[in-house]
Amino acid sequence: MEGSGIQVTKDLSIPKLFLLQAKKYGDGKVAMREKEFGIWRPITWAEYLENVKYLSLGFIHLGLEKGDKVAMIGDNRPEGLWTEMAALCAGGVAVWLFQDCLMEEVKYIIDHSDTKFFVGEGQEEVDKGLSILEDCPRLEKILWDDPKGMRGYTQKVLISLKEVMELGKQLDREKPHLFEERIQSTSGDDIALLFYTSGTTALPKGVLLSHYNMLTMGKNLMAVDPCTPEDDFVSYLPFAWIGEQMMSVSCGLQVGFTINFPEEPETAKENIREIGPHVMFAPPRMYEEMTRVVQVKHLDAAWAKRRMYAWAMKVGYRVANMGFEKKAVPWYWKLAGWLAYFSVHKKLRDHLGLSRIRNAYTGGAAMGPDHFRFFHALGVNLKQIYGQTEIAGISVVHRTGDIKFDTVGTPIPDTEVAITEEGEIISRSPSVFLGYYKNPEATESALKDGWLYSGDKGFIDEDGHLVVFDRSKDVMTLRDGRLFSPQYLETRLKFSPYIKDAWIIGHERPYITAVTCIDYNVVGKWADERKINYTSYPELSQKPEVRELIAGQIKEANKDLPVPARIHKYVNLYKEFDADDDELTRTRKLRRAFVEERYRDILEGLYGSGDVIHMETTITYEDGRQSHINTDLHISKLLDEEDL
Amino acid sequence: MVHRSGLNHGDFILEIEDIHMYFGKVAALSGVSLKVRKGDIHSIIGPNGAGKTVMMNCINGLYKPQKGSICYCGQRINHLSPHKRSKLGISRTFQKIELFSGMSVLDNIRLGRHIHMKSGMFSGSLYLGKTAREEILHRRFIEEEIIDLLEIESIRNKTVGMLPYGLQKRVELGRALALEPELLILDEPLAGLNLEEVEDMARFILDVNQEERWQVTCVLVEHDMGVVMDISDRVLVLNFGNAITDGTPKEVQANPEVIRAYLGEEDLYATRR
Repeated sequence: MEGSGIQVTKDLSIPKLFLLQAKKYGDGKVAMREKEFGIWRPITWAEYLENVKYLSLGFIHLGLEKGDKVAMIGDNRPEGLWTEMAALCAGGVAVWLFQDCLMEEVKYIIDHSDTKFFVGEGQEEVDKGLSILEDCPRLEKILWDDPKGMRGYTQKVLISLKEVMELGKQLDREKPHLFEERIQSTSGDDIALLFYTSGTTALPKGVLLSHYNMLTMGKNLMAVDPCTPEDDFVSYLPFAWIGEQMMSVSCGLQVGFTINFPEEPETAKENIREIGPHVMFAPPRMYEEMTRVVQVKHLDAAWAKRRMYAWAMKVGYRVANMGFEKKAVPWYWKLAGWLAYFSVHKKLRDHLGLSRIRNAYTGGAAMGPDHFRFFHALGVNLKQIYGQTEIAGISVVHRTGDIKFDTVGTPIPDTEVAITEEGEIISRSPSVFLGYYKNPEATESALKDGWLYSGDKGFIDEDGHLVVFDRSKDVMTLRDGRLFSPQYLETRLKFSPYIKDAWIIGHERPYITAVTCIDYNVVGKWADERKINYTSYPELSQKPEVRELIAGQIKEANKDLPVPARIHKYVNLYKEFDADDDELTRTRKLRRAFVEERYRDILEGLYGSGDVIHMETTITYEDGRQSHINTDLHISKLLDEEDL
Repeated sequence: MVHRSGLNHGDFILEIEDIHMYFGKVAALSGVSLKVRKGDIHSIIGPNGAGKTVMMNCINGLYKPQKGSICYCGQRINHLSPHKRSKLGISRTFQKIELFSGMSVLDNIRLGRHIHMKSGMFSGSLYLGKTAREEILHRRFIEEEIIDLLEIESIRNKTVGMLPYGLQKRVELGRALALEPELLILDEPLAGLNLEEVEDMARFILDVNQEERWQVTCVLVEHDMGVVMDISDRVLVLNFGNAITDGTPKEVQANPEVIRAYLGEEDLYATRR
């Protein structure tokens, strides 16, 4: 760690570092801010410490022993981070769940992880906890912090965070040294986090990460792109995502930058703009959304603004390309770049909350080159991060000034990355996890001689950059025997503001086809402007004009692809892909095997001779209502026969 | 929240005695009585044209009944104009949204707060210390008690006219709450909402009725029988300007006359359930 002087050793644990930093900064520095009741409210390090201390002692009072699991679910808020830190300080292990987890997943994770304490934000989460209580015999207490709607709950198993803190205060009076003793008894090799991977194929696996894993990862990332204690970071992505832990906990603790929590998930974008963070790490879908916002607003803008935008983007792309090619930018292009910045890019970046951004990272899934170039054209230093939960989130990252949009960069310090003979990416570093919880077979196949086997195919290019091709099992063979990544094509399609999701099919098939999900808002607006009537998503998706529109977008993406990789047929799906239907993982990755099974009829239709696929299915909503879908999906052809 | 009336739970907060309301020769209400206890949710149901909304309008003073008496907290209020009644603590929402569609959500809610503002025109126009302090207090009340309760943080600065219908209904409830009412009249708050919005709104009504800080007595006109029977303490059934019965949801559902007049229509009762 540059500047902070913190030595990450096997003895150092997250709680020890927390105590060190909290004492160092005390009342003099804001540790976090939360927007509440319309106002940003600061919380100093001293207050942070106090809350964590009493919560932690409260946990001990309730019977938390070293190694016990504390599961947490809820939106990003200071209390969330406090409970996590409190559990760690008491020697516990933190398990985070995604807010939108369905009952089945919650039950599986709570039961499999042997969770003793379940911390929910409010009534909704408490209901989830109560309904699985009988199936999870090791679950002892359910904690909650938002009193809204909780007035009628009298179950003995429930306890509020306030009461837990009171218990902690009581214990503190009896044993004033207990808190620090517990902290001193933790070490770097202890397990800190038990995180469940989203899993595109099977049941989630529990990844065991030690304090040392987390801290070395933070140290090595900060060695590449140092942050300062004066920096601002906005925590709005699920804590259950390793990337958020990486920033809020690993890096946040080591650097001591200020963590800002939005008022509500719905206000996150607005709040990001108010803060203007210096560093940001988000999965590609967040950047895809930003791109979409700009593209859609551009379609709405007046003529003069559109012209200005077009010109500024042209300049932006030109200058960014010189950067990618590592060419010096001539003075006249520099000048044009400045003009473009002051006239357009500056305001655009402000609207996106990127006005002060120094490093923006994307990771967790593949990002299309078009999106990547778009942000660099705006002058945003966007970088790819590559890693898995199993390596505490990161092993490879782009370096400033050495960015190639089709690679993910070079390994961070202390990290080796190699490619096996089969083309699988493997890596080794102090951050490699300890194993999967209660799953020795999976551990054995992922962890060999200290090397982590990622299951991703890739290669290292002439500049030493890692190129990630795709998940090994997803790589497809085109009709000319060439290997190709469906993800690459999908991300290209998603650059169109009208296409929200795409699914590419073509493994060992005569040609490539696509199933696309239109963006209801954008296409809906487009249809409104053209006086095209529609009543629902299924109807809109099958309108001839809409199919024509999407066909045009795909043709555009087809242009610079090798002929066998071009998309020949496509169909608009009658619904969007949804994580609640198991079609996507919680981090919005497509679960191919599942959709292939589910939409078998569509698949067959796309490789048959007909133009229409008749669909009849029944959807069951969460509240038990059922609705019958009876619709025709129209297949559009895009290529001439000679191209096939 | 300290209520001005000083009534206890269970005391009658609203007593309507034998009111008659005619429009020309049409009798909209002929001799209806209603007694609402403090802390209750008292619903009024009945087929279209039964006189439910007329009843609401009589309570808050938009209509003046030709005969009968309306007492609020023991005080006869027949002669009082609507704004005087709202000062006493009677607030309402409308069946058709009556918001200022060109103004922001926050401004609409602030308007509901107007009757609690004490500073005069002179101090207000100069924005003197006293006014500024008062405004901050009111703003705080709106943020902490209303926006947080109704979960409308993300729209507080949006123009009302641009919002979807379900959210506009929520804003209207927010404005009614800004008056800090002791009696809240809700005229079809669930009409036109989708299932999720109905569930949210029903929850807000319960919150306002039961939460320690609100404890507002509600008079509710509603067609969604499922919700009415679930959340009401008592139900008054009207038909052609006459009260058929007044009792607990169970009693009302079992009353043969009610079944004939209204509930008998199986489909109607099964709305959205």
